[in-house]
Amino acid sequence: MKSINSRRNFLKVSAISGGGLLLSMVLPGFEANAASNVAPNATADYMPNIYIKIQADGTIILLAPNPEIGQGVKTSLPIIVAEELGVDWKKIKVELAPLDNRYGRQAAGGSGSVRGRFAELRKMGAAAREMFVNAAAQTWNVPAADCTTEDGTVIHKSSGKKLSYGELTAKAATMEVPANPTLKDPKDFKYIGTRINDVDAHNITTGKPLFGIDTRREGMLFAMVARPPAYGKTLGNVDETATRKVNGVKDVVKLKNSVAVLATNTWAAKKGREALKIQWNASEKLENSVDHFAGFKEILEKGPSTAGRNDGDIDVAKQNATKILDVYYEVPTLSHGQMEPLNFFADVRDGKAELFGPTQVPDGVRNDVAEKLGIPKENITVGTPRQGGGFGRKLMTDNGVEAALISAAAKSPVQVQWTREDDMQNDFYRPAEMYRYRAALSATDLLAWHQSAVGIGRGIRGDSYVAGAMANYRSDSQGFTSNTPTGWWRAPGACTMAYVAESFFDEVCVELKKDPVAFRLDFFQKAKDAPVGRVGYDPAKYKAVVELVAKMSNWGTTPAGVYRGFATWFSFGSYAAQVVEVKLENGKPRVTKVYCAVHCGRVINLSGAENQIQGAIVDGINHAMFPKVTFVDGAVEETNFHLYKFLRMKDAPLDIEVQFVESDEAPTGLGEPALPPVAAAVANAIHAATGKRLRKLPFNLG
Amino acid sequence: MAKYALSINGKTMSVEADADTPLLWVLRDNLNLVGTKFGCGVAQCGACTVHLNSEAMRSCVLPVSAVGKSKIVTIEGLSETGNHPLQKAWEELDVSQCGYCQAGQIMAASALLKSTPDPTDEQIDETITNICRCGTQVRIRKAIHLAAKQLNSK
Repeated sequence: MKSINSRRNFLKVSAISGGGLLLSMVLPGFEANAASNVAPNATADYMPNIYIKIQADGTIILLAPNPEIGQGVKTSLPIIVAEELGVDWKKIKVELAPLDNRYGRQAAGGSGSVRGRFAELRKMGAAAREMFVNAAAQTWNVPAADCTTEDGTVIHKSSGKKLSYGELTAKAATMEVPANPTLKDPKDFKYIGTRINDVDAHNITTGKPLFGIDTRREGMLFAMVARPPAYGKTLGNVDETATRKVNGVKDVVKLKNSVAVLATNTWAAKKGREALKIQWNASEKLENSVDHFAGFKEILEKGPSTAGRNDGDIDVAKQNATKILDVYYEVPTLSHGQMEPLNFFADVRDGKAELFGPTQVPDGVRNDVAEKLGIPKENITVGTPRQGGGFGRKLMTDNGVEAALISAAAKSPVQVQWTREDDMQNDFYRPAEMYRYRAALSATDLLAWHQSAVGIGRGIRGDSYVAGAMANYRSDSQGFTSNTPTGWWRAPGACTMAYVAESFFDEVCVELKKDPVAFRLDFFQKAKDAPVGRVGYDPAKYKAVVELVAKMSNWGTTPAGVYRGFATWFSFGSYAAQVVEVKLENGKPRVTKVYCAVHCGRVINLSGAENQIQGAIVDGINHAMFPKVTFVDGAVEETNFHLYKFLRMKDAPLDIEVQFVESDEAPTGLGEPALPPVAAAVANAIHAATGKRLRKLPFNLG
Repeated sequence: MAKYALSINGKTMSVEADADTPLLWVLRDNLNLVGTKFGCGVAQCGACTVHLNSEAMRSCVLPVSAVGKSKIVTIEGLSETGNHPLQKAWEELDVSQCGYCQAGQIMAASALLKSTPDPTDEQIDETITNICRCGTQVRIRKAIHLAAKQLNSK
């Protein structure tokens, strides 16, 4: 998208159905949406723009444009609008916006919602505020400059006269939309940077229907789907006789490679599915994880022909070395394990489709449903509820598309419900990977660094921050062909590479007897003073988080019985540095405390931001210590949570202390960046405690 | 199909269901009490936790035919207005992220506080075994301690 500021005329008034007003960003290709100014009628909601709705009774509703998957954007995005609009946060309501091209990118992914919308939402709030001020000024026949706003009210400063935004809607609708509204001075921010609770907090704690799984519609049937039990198998003969006899079963429909059972309730659909007699044919190779890793090893031992990055000459450096480190790291395939098993509601009839359910990419669902069903996009609506986690799983559209196909085939509104076993066997997994890391060391220094990687799919790209600060650096990567599907898993790429690179850095520190914090600071200094090739990060920001976490944790003064590990990583625009503390309980390590410093530009919601970081750290400890997916003849061995292990309360730290580097810069990502360094920081702490270097996820602590 | 008269949230509710239907699905599909969540179906994650005679119970593996006259409490019936000290503590500390597992977490914690009004960290570790992929455990622990403090100061 072009820079907003580069287009002077980005705000235009347009009509919406119902007679209200719309102030929208005019995105390339959507100019047709802009139309002439139309006054609202007495009963319609007034919308000064697509993010703000004022009802006839004066209630102000802010619309959150991106899906809410637990990353807090249903709260943080409206905070930005509320700040500039000048309303009382306690009195406004928040709704998730419908899917509408005028909102631009309505997705949850890449930690991009806040950083992509900060400037736009400030401007939208400020423009609407200015329209209310101008409306009041005209009403009172006073200069706009003599008016101010407070909690959704325009106040004439000298006379004290007041008019609420609700009272001003008719007049505001006749105001010209300011092209360059005055933004607040950040020092006057009332909400941004403070602690604000999740807007759904009360509904969550009282069990209100908020999620896709809670969808209930007139005439809706519940469906479960029998999908191939292994990758490489396809649908053969189906005998549905017994299924049709199951109490509550209403219909059975065959799709290309699966069979759906529709019933009056979820349990009947499940029993009906169990009663199906299906022949699954092995049409492709049935793969095994053990072969994936053996293949990786073979590839890494051979070495690839071309480097992704090649600075200096690692081979010459090796000749000058007194010691070579040469080690292998491996990470398993992982499932997403979001707490809400996939589901989707679909009602396809009369050439139209209504879809409602959990997805990180509603526009993607609409596009794919349009293509698969041959229904024009404009006849398809896709609504998103609050979602029970995303973590990248719902960047794929399969759950929505499947529900639409079933509804179309069965000619019935349907809620397709996945079981946990379905989620485990039909995921787009974090790919299994193996790394070979080599370092050439002199007695006192690191001379060369060589990173080689291989993983299922296209392979791993990226570099540690040592690239840019090292004379001799090489990285190479290769993909590995498999029929097991891969996708994005929280902080894709970074979540595994940071574990390997930061663990290996610790190995180097141990060999050279360097302090892990001081030695890293040396690298950031080198990247700043004498960069080698491209430096893909800001050394000053890295330095800032490392120094802050060292200060927070009193680095260098470890309490008795406590062992510490350190790691840092830059991803999705933000920097995170962590000190992990481990204690040994009956010989087993437990993470008891974590310190984390983050540079993410300006913080919008302090409570939400801190929660994301604390959560990412716990999630990071989890993936370091517990889950793995193992393919056996194409089937996932870990069929449910009794085998796919998860961190529990007893494994979680007692405290996670978070601090942010103060910054006036625009916000950067926050849903993911605190996760990548965690596994390494834990591994490094366990090494300090036990002397054992953990080069494989999940850790083997037996 | 059989008929069952269940005691749920202080009321007698009549349902018709197959005997092997887990209480979870009776709550969700027959009674539209959807605050109790499905997460795994094998009593591992705790998203479906309800109270059965004041004790935490994973409703996804409890057949409706086994409920009998037991008193069931779901998240919808934990308090009149959502003002149970745990619900208030959860809100005050802004515990939730996606929020999906939290009803189950609160039901597990409220059963704990009934038997152990002021639990230690070790007792919380042993008792709260629910899964939260978002990683809200640190705030959950603090919220349990906060609620315990409020309950015990009454």
